[in-house]
Amino acid sequence: MAGVSPTPLLKDELDIVIPTIRNLDFLEMWRPFFQPYHLIIVQDGDPSKTIKVPEGFDYELYNRNDINRILGPKASCISFKDSACRCFGYMVSKKKYIYTIDDDCFVAKDPSGKDINALEQHIKNILSPATPYFFNTLYDPYRDGADFVRGYPFSLREGVPTAVSHGLWLNIPDYDAPTQLVKPRERNTRYVDAVMTIPKGTLFPMCGMNLAFNRELIGPAMYFGLMGDGQPIGRYDDMWAGWCTKVICDHLGLGIKTGLPYIWHSKASNPFVNLKKEYKGIYWQEEIIPFFQAVSLPKECTTVQQCYTELAKQVKAKLANVDPYFTKLADAMVTWIEAWDELNPSGEAPAKTSNVKAK
Amino acid sequence: MAQVNIRDDEVDIVIGALHLDLTSFMEDWRAVFSRFHLIIVQDPDLKGDLKIPGGFSFDVYMKSDIESVVGSSSSSVVFSGYSCRYFGYLVSHKKYIISIDDDCIPAKDDKGELIDAVAQHITNLMTPATPFFFNTLYDPFRKGTDFVRGYPFSLRSGVQCGLSCGLWLNLADYDAPTQALKPGQRNSRFVDAVLTVPARAMLPVSGINIGFDRELVGPAMVPAFRLAKEGKFRWETVEDIWSGMCVKVICDHLGYGVKSGLPYVWRNERGNAVESLKKEWEGVKLMEEVVPFFQSMRLSQGAVTAEDCVIEMAAAVKERLEPLDPVFARASEAMVEWVKLWKVVTSRLSNSAA
Repeated sequence: MAGVSPTPLLKDELDIVIPTIRNLDFLEMWRPFFQPYHLIIVQDGDPSKTIKVPEGFDYELYNRNDINRILGPKASCISFKDSACRCFGYMVSKKKYIYTIDDDCFVAKDPSGKDINALEQHIKNILSPATPYFFNTLYDPYRDGADFVRGYPFSLREGVPTAVSHGLWLNIPDYDAPTQLVKPRERNTRYVDAVMTIPKGTLFPMCGMNLAFNRELIGPAMYFGLMGDGQPIGRYDDMWAGWCTKVICDHLGLGIKTGLPYIWHSKASNPFVNLKKEYKGIYWQEEIIPFFQAVSLPKECTTVQQCYTELAKQVKAKLANVDPYFTKLADAMVTWIEAWDELNPSGEAPAKTSNVKAK
Repeated sequence: MAQVNIRDDEVDIVIGALHLDLTSFMEDWRAVFSRFHLIIVQDPDLKGDLKIPGGFSFDVYMKSDIESVVGSSSSSVVFSGYSCRYFGYLVSHKKYIISIDDDCIPAKDDKGELIDAVAQHITNLMTPATPFFFNTLYDPFRKGTDFVRGYPFSLRSGVQCGLSCGLWLNLADYDAPTQALKPGQRNSRFVDAVLTVPARAMLPVSGINIGFDRELVGPAMVPAFRLAKEGKFRWETVEDIWSGMCVKVICDHLGYGVKSGLPYVWRNERGNAVESLKKEWEGVKLMEEVVPFFQSMRLSQGAVTAEDCVIEMAAAVKERLEPLDPVFARASEAMVEWVKLWKVVTSRLSNSAA
């Protein structure tokens, strides 16, 4: 197509972070799209189990022993027996961009039957600006074939940097347990050909199944919380990260996009198991959401770490009376930032960890 | 595929006639329009008799009708050009109004099926909106979808939808500079979604293809923002952008929702963007002031009806925008006048209703 420049691969600037407890067979289907990239595998659960990575991928793999070794006492902020552990991968990455995907997500087809290169679409989303200050009714104006509509002020047409690209899922939709119980057969078959910026001041439920972000712009905010073993809650890891990230993006003038690309979500988790994990979250989110909607960060907070530390303070002050869990979580948020800064000192060459395995 | 039962007597289709011969327009829409009552308002600047085919239930309003309601002395509310349709909103007594520009015809969806734009607008208006939290699968009330994990349960009943903003295939609603820069660009992307525009997020509402709940937001659909050189092409107006943002601010304040997305209409080629560009820059420049004004507009607790809200907004326009350009002084006056007219006409209608 004349005039359309190809999307850069960014193969030396992007890491793919995959949490897994089972196996990585799904990577075979992704091989045509993922093979150029470096993978960071975060192995959850029993560290004595060996997770086989398909041949030909360049990767580093971390199990619980590695996490404990690298972080020492700070490892307490990384969840165990929950895919929330994936955020360890964000922390040890040295790249500018992260793409994270679940191990039950496969390549989807677009309406013409063509395989969707999800990573390429995420890159397009992330490399073009976002428009959080005024809603464009034709969605992402930077997409081919679209533009800003009549009435859209010219002063807002430069947009802001895109920090996060939130992709969607065909087949098994990301429903909570009650909805899954009521509609066990519902499948998402609707391909919505749009990418859009979530307006400033609006919160959304961020799903970690198919997510890309600019690690340099927003990485420290992508803490997936305390979930799983020993914790009273699960399946709210990505939600928590999304609410923190959105508030901080709004404060720092960064954008978050949602929509394309789609992946094919193949596995429906057990709704009864999910209900037990989510149960407290369903009640707590009624308090959590108003908290995030009302959060105001002081203008002195100009870095992500400062914003996040301030947020942790406010979580402790305002949510502790909902449940003592939030005090633990606030402390873990601080630990996370400390660990992030230790592993990613600014201005120096990043510390090398020894889990890199060559092709 | 309607999920709701549309009562024909709850709907008026209001058409602003900027062209005399409506034959092909009406024939193209016959399958969709014929079950409803139509209000056709002839642009007072358009001389001659309208040509309307048979088989429709409609009322026509012309310059003389407008003058008998509004008075022939100069009023700050001007019903000419695209704004003639607002007269139709004024005299309707139905709950739902659908309005489509007379240069648009039914579009086809991604499966090649003709889109019933009226049914889709009504479905949008009759199902709840969800402005307080963004649902990543878009409208959760559509068949085959729902609220996603992480969506607070207390927000799942939604609120009433006040306005439904549709889209356009072929000639999209771009401003003149954009279309002049990309003369060949046509919108061919069918996005199969309806979504609620979140509370406090502003948007440019295009009047080309809309539906609204007259009972909820009628008084907020103000024909107030007339450019000095407003013309008969959409590129030469911004009246709908203004009234749309009034409606959005008021919906946000009163707790109603605004949806955007489906339905699409097919917009025919008309006009020359470069010619319009030579003639009219004013609208584009004024948006720089208009948008921040609406983004920061806050209404008082005491404003509990759409009419109250419009009056408050008119005062704010006068105070904050009037010094910038005379168009704002006219807008403020027109908003106040519109509310007065609305009250007079609606009370007259309810007095005479059987």
